[in-house]
Amino acid sequence: MSQPQDTTATSSGEMSSESPTESTAAANAPSAGASTGRSLLPSNTLLRHLLVLLLCAVVAVVLLESTDQFTNSQLAQLSYYAIAAGGLTVLTGLNGQISLGHGALMAVGAYTTALFLEAEEPLPLPVVLLVAVLLTTLVGALVGVAAARLHGPYLAGATLALAVGLPGLALYFREWLGGEQGLRVRAPRAPEAFDGFIGFVSGNPASNTKWLAYLGAICLLITFFLLANLARSRVGRTWRAVRDQEVAAELAGIDLGAWRVLAFVVSAACAGLGGAVLALVVRLAAPSGFTLVLSLALLTAIVIGGLGSLFGALLGSALLVFLPPFVTDLGADLGLNNTEAAQLAPFVYGVVLVVVMIFAPAGVVGSVRLRWRTWRARRAASAAGRA
Amino acid sequence: MTRSSRRLTRILATATVASTLAACGGGDGGSGGGGGGENEASDIGITEDSIKIGAHYPLTGVAAPGYSEIPTGVQAYFDCLNQEGGINGREIEYIYRDDAYNPTNTSAVVNQLVLEDEVFAIMGGLGTPTHSAVLEFLNAEGVPDLFVASGSRLWGENPEDYPYTFGWQTDYESEGKIIGQYIAENFPDARVGLFLQDDDFGEDGERGIREYIDDQIVAAERYVPGNTDVGPQIAALQAAGADFVVGFNVPSYTALSQLVALRLGYQPQWFYSNVGSDPALVGSLLQNFSQGAVSDASLLDGALTTEYLPGVDAPDNAWVQEFQRIWDECGGEGELTNYRIYGMAQAFTTAQALQAAGQNPTRDGLVEAIETAGSEWEGPTFAPFRYSEDSHMGTSGMQVSRITGTTAEEQTPVLVTDLGNAEIEEFDGEQAPPPANAIPDVESVVD
Repeated sequence: MSQPQDTTATSSGEMSSESPTESTAAANAPSAGASTGRSLLPSNTLLRHLLVLLLCAVVAVVLLESTDQFTNSQLAQLSYYAIAAGGLTVLTGLNGQISLGHGALMAVGAYTTALFLEAEEPLPLPVVLLVAVLLTTLVGALVGVAAARLHGPYLAGATLALAVGLPGLALYFREWLGGEQGLRVRAPRAPEAFDGFIGFVSGNPASNTKWLAYLGAICLLITFFLLANLARSRVGRTWRAVRDQEVAAELAGIDLGAWRVLAFVVSAACAGLGGAVLALVVRLAAPSGFTLVLSLALLTAIVIGGLGSLFGALLGSALLVFLPPFVTDLGADLGLNNTEAAQLAPFVYGVVLVVVMIFAPAGVVGSVRLRWRTWRARRAASAAGRA
Repeated sequence: MTRSSRRLTRILATATVASTLAACGGGDGGSGGGGGGENEASDIGITEDSIKIGAHYPLTGVAAPGYSEIPTGVQAYFDCLNQEGGINGREIEYIYRDDAYNPTNTSAVVNQLVLEDEVFAIMGGLGTPTHSAVLEFLNAEGVPDLFVASGSRLWGENPEDYPYTFGWQTDYESEGKIIGQYIAENFPDARVGLFLQDDDFGEDGERGIREYIDDQIVAAERYVPGNTDVGPQIAALQAAGADFVVGFNVPSYTALSQLVALRLGYQPQWFYSNVGSDPALVGSLLQNFSQGAVSDASLLDGALTTEYLPGVDAPDNAWVQEFQRIWDECGGEGELTNYRIYGMAQAFTTAQALQAAGQNPTRDGLVEAIETAGSEWEGPTFAPFRYSEDSHMGTSGMQVSRITGTTAEEQTPVLVTDLGNAEIEEFDGEQAPPPANAIPDVESVVD
């Protein structure tokens, strides 16, 4: 189970010696500023996270009600990316495992949702979402068992096979899963209470687009709340221990394999929920929506945002959603025709990724956090020097 | 009250104020109306002097070659139309966005077209899986969804489920029937093998063909789009002794099947459905896939195909000449291709629909106009459309032709049919010549 830990030679050794210090810097700081002496937030983790959750909920409502319908639909898009990216950042940032198969796990969630909503009398939506999460968790557990035995590039390879292979099942079981054209999803109508709520909050018309955006936001907040608690708990600390020093962790009595499987399972559950929300928002579960590109997009999102940071995952997802239309419109304004403008978007995304990697190798959140800590340490040192 | 909780209260209070302020920015919708003597902003996407039309195409990614040329044809047609005064004094503003042939993206860009760009209608959305993702949304929002660029039955079979969606091109099942009858009549002794894309495209085509030559079919092989190794399928067709192969596949698989057959020394009579037979594109793909070993589409010489629209292989056709003029005058870089002709032909039908919807069109009026008058419109397609209150299926007819070099020889007259048990009949009309400047002159049926 162990791995060479010398800091000089092998590539895997290099990876593990660098990961705790720099690339996952975003994962290591405690959440929501608990360590700062002067904080307006309570020191109890659960209470603090609940408060932040409440604040975020208010921000979400303000955001959704102050923007137009199209932005609402973009925020719905953001929510499913962020839910899945949040799970992936826990896996990669906290536990040090790389997965290229999260797109396929999202497909499991999406197809489950589509199949359950197809019934004559579909189950209530929360139940359907829960079933989607559970089923994806099960698939995640199976993959996780294999993942626990693999490291770095080998794990990436195994999950890559998942990403390439799983959508093929939809083609193989054509009668049942709809083949290439997929299953159309009938998103349930908003409950009447929702109309009342929107009428009370803002008086805007409660469209279906808005309902889906709220649904996404609720799922996102719940997921991030649970993940944040998990990351701050004994579980999160154990994951970090497994990531940073396998030998030390094992000496401390930690079963590396079991904890890796757990990380994969938690992460898969998030991907399942993300996929379920995707199916509702896109109204379709089709293999062409879950290609390798989706898995890679999630990975780039968490790398740009900062590995291990939920806020970073949100940031990276926002880039995925808002950058392409922004660049396309910018290109069109600059006089490119629509085709050229569309081709500009993937190019700019690539450039952004390269620039972030050069100037902020720990991702946006990680780099900001590193700077902040360096600055504080320097100030503390100079204060100590004066004293 | 401690200092920190006072601060918290202040933040919450600020947030509350912010949400109340946000609440004051209410939304408003468009309002209907029509008739009268002057141009009015009669519906969303319509102003006194413009009509906004949106579309989604794969402009990047694997499906982009060929298909990304369609919107340039549409754009060229609309540009020329606008120069001549547009529709009832309104210019057409055409916005097309990239979905990279990924349904998730289609959903996002159509949201943008409908909710942000506020288009009057969507036209020519391309692809079965991609457009499926927005079918419910467009019909729920009441946005006319004109002339979907795919031959699936989904777009026209059930107008009561999807009242705003219309098909345009010949559906794959009708195409299969016409091919089946042609083989039964002209190659009664052929041992037929089918090479099918493993989705509704191949499935519908197979159903149509089997209605006529079920007993002649010796093998049916399917490929999964995305898997570029078709060696096993072609070898299986060869092993089954098929001397006539019908392909319901996309252009890249035409090229792949030709290369594999060349390697295996397999020389059946090929018949590619309309979708997979564009000689120019297949030629460039062949060159690409074989890394220059095969330089043009000469492999396709003698292959059979179907056509529902004149193409660049018929330079004497009056419509093609008119489209050539439009491309020369209003088009961008590059040559006129079959894909650009396809786009222009769809734009022509759209112009007919907008004229028929009256001086001040509404979304519902546009749908009503197509249902009422659409079956009578004459245009570049060989056979008329099937539009009515009970069917939103597009054109119903095709002719079989043989590819010889860069031209095509017609083998049959234009044949028309419909889904299910409908008979195949010879179309007795003639293709109408294009109107002046290829601008339709259709009477309003709504006002």
